[in-house]
Amino acid sequence: MPEQLIWGTEVVLNGLMAGVLYALVALGFVLIYKASGIFNYAQGVMALFAALTLVGIMEGQVPFSHLINAVFGTEVHHFGWHVPALLAILLTMVVMVVLAWAVNTLIFRHLVNQEPIILFMATIGLAYFLEGFGDIMWGSDIKKMDVGLPQGINLAIDDFTFNIFDYGFFIDNLDLVATAIAAALVFSLIVFAQYTKQGRAMRAVADDHQAALSVGISLNFIWVMVWSLAGFVALVAGIMWGTKSGVQFSLSLIALKALPVLMLGGFTSIPGAIVGGLLIGVGEKLFEFAIGSMIGGATENWFAYVLALLFLVFRPQGLFGEKIIERV
Amino acid sequence: MLDMSQGYTTEDGRKIGGVVMEMKHITLRFGGVVAIQDISFDIREGEIRAIIGPNGAGKSSMLNVISGFYNPQEGEVWYKGALRPPMKPYQVARQGIARTFQNIALFEGMTVLDNVMTGRIRQMDAGLMAQALWKGRAEREEVENREAVEKIIDFLEIQHIRKTPVGRLPYGLKKRVELARALAAEPSILLLDEPMAGMNVEEKEDMSRFILDVNDEFGTTIALIEHDMGVVMDLSDRVVVMDYGKKIGDGTPDEVRNNQDVIDAYLGVAHD
Repeated sequence: MPEQLIWGTEVVLNGLMAGVLYALVALGFVLIYKASGIFNYAQGVMALFAALTLVGIMEGQVPFSHLINAVFGTEVHHFGWHVPALLAILLTMVVMVVLAWAVNTLIFRHLVNQEPIILFMATIGLAYFLEGFGDIMWGSDIKKMDVGLPQGINLAIDDFTFNIFDYGFFIDNLDLVATAIAAALVFSLIVFAQYTKQGRAMRAVADDHQAALSVGISLNFIWVMVWSLAGFVALVAGIMWGTKSGVQFSLSLIALKALPVLMLGGFTSIPGAIVGGLLIGVGEKLFEFAIGSMIGGATENWFAYVLALLFLVFRPQGLFGEKIIERV
Repeated sequence: MLDMSQGYTTEDGRKIGGVVMEMKHITLRFGGVVAIQDISFDIREGEIRAIIGPNGAGKSSMLNVISGFYNPQEGEVWYKGALRPPMKPYQVARQGIARTFQNIALFEGMTVLDNVMTGRIRQMDAGLMAQALWKGRAEREEVENREAVEKIIDFLEIQHIRKTPVGRLPYGLKKRVELARALAAEPSILLLDEPMAGMNVEEKEDMSRFILDVNDEFGTTIALIEHDMGVVMDLSDRVVVMDYGKKIGDGTPDEVRNNQDVIDAYLGVAHD
């Protein structure tokens, strides 16, 4: 096997792994967009907020400690305990459900039937609020996240490929775990949407509000449920990104990478978000590997957006989006 | 007049029972516009009750009051012998009042079967975990609901499109799917908002037959709105006539047909 091809294979594998993380963020967008027609700009910040909260709870950090210290002249920073990862994840999920409830009750139930652009503006506001709130609550320093996920090179794959190609592939254990978790998440979301009554109700609300009301579905309940689900997906994405590169505020920017993913996959398709994420992940790594060096590198910054632009021109509904048919 | 104290027997021999729903002095305003003005009437168990009137008479508003989409400023709604407090539409639906819409409100992206299944939400109460594990009660519940739904699908003769996404169906079939979804809830009262609107003669005949069959087979109480007088007179046991938000007639089709106010409202009256 020629060397280029072997390296290429490794690049594709790593691209797939990176794509899984894009897909996780995109998934959160799709959930909310499908059920309420809201493009939730704050999805990335939600992942950040979830990660911050998780680390804060695990470390026993006192929330709003800077604020409390500044106002009362005290010196409290830590409760002095450590919470086990699993319990901390559960507690963070409770926080995300409360957040979902607050977002729906305070913002979106007052904006029912508004133009999409107004809903979008509201989510931009939410994003900035949440970023500031997370800062005040947990502080803005970069935090290390360790919930016990394996990290570092996977030696089994390294050995295995070395024996075959005489060249060991570098695959990160964390990426493998992320892939497995993302797959499980997508599978359960699809089962939930297709086969449970809440899932059916969610699809019903996404389709027609009046009709949903007339069969006895509470819109507010469904919206809180969907925002909670998106919060859960954000938490998973936050854990993955946080473990990989530390919990820092640039995490909220990964939301932007989800945009080209959604344009490829379609805004309304759960499988689309996954395939879109993988395509972008593989595409940008492969492009950088094959062509990047010829044009000065750093193509990963823009490749995804150019690909999305091409899709907008030739297939605006994305790969899996519902076909746009205008009846005259 | 009919004797209303204990129900009555229709011309074709069906027994009509006691009062299921009673509207008392309902007044509904939108700003300065009075859509419904001091209207009272009742709906009895097992009957087909029509609300008719010219365009803009307030018929749809009345249906929306019954189904909880509007809450009236004045008046009382009595349901199954109890005064109903102001409610959200989904709460009314869960009490067993199902409806269809004049402009069809279906879940276009879902199949016919899924659409009709949503009608069963009232009958499903297994928790999420139970459903996830697909055990015991949840499974039994799903099977029971599927059976009930299939029966209705057979009854309304839409078996051949069970798996078709609703968005692809023609208008007449959509109306029938909407009826199926409402029926799936096994409602105490079935509200039909202009079930024949926009249909051709053949489709109208089909729909009339289905409405009569539903009433006959399941004993469903039906309240419907229609402005096509001919259809209504053939279908219904009792008729409320509205004009400009007021009630101008109430009784059997024959009584209503001979009511001078009704004739004036429909044919116009000479002003001299």
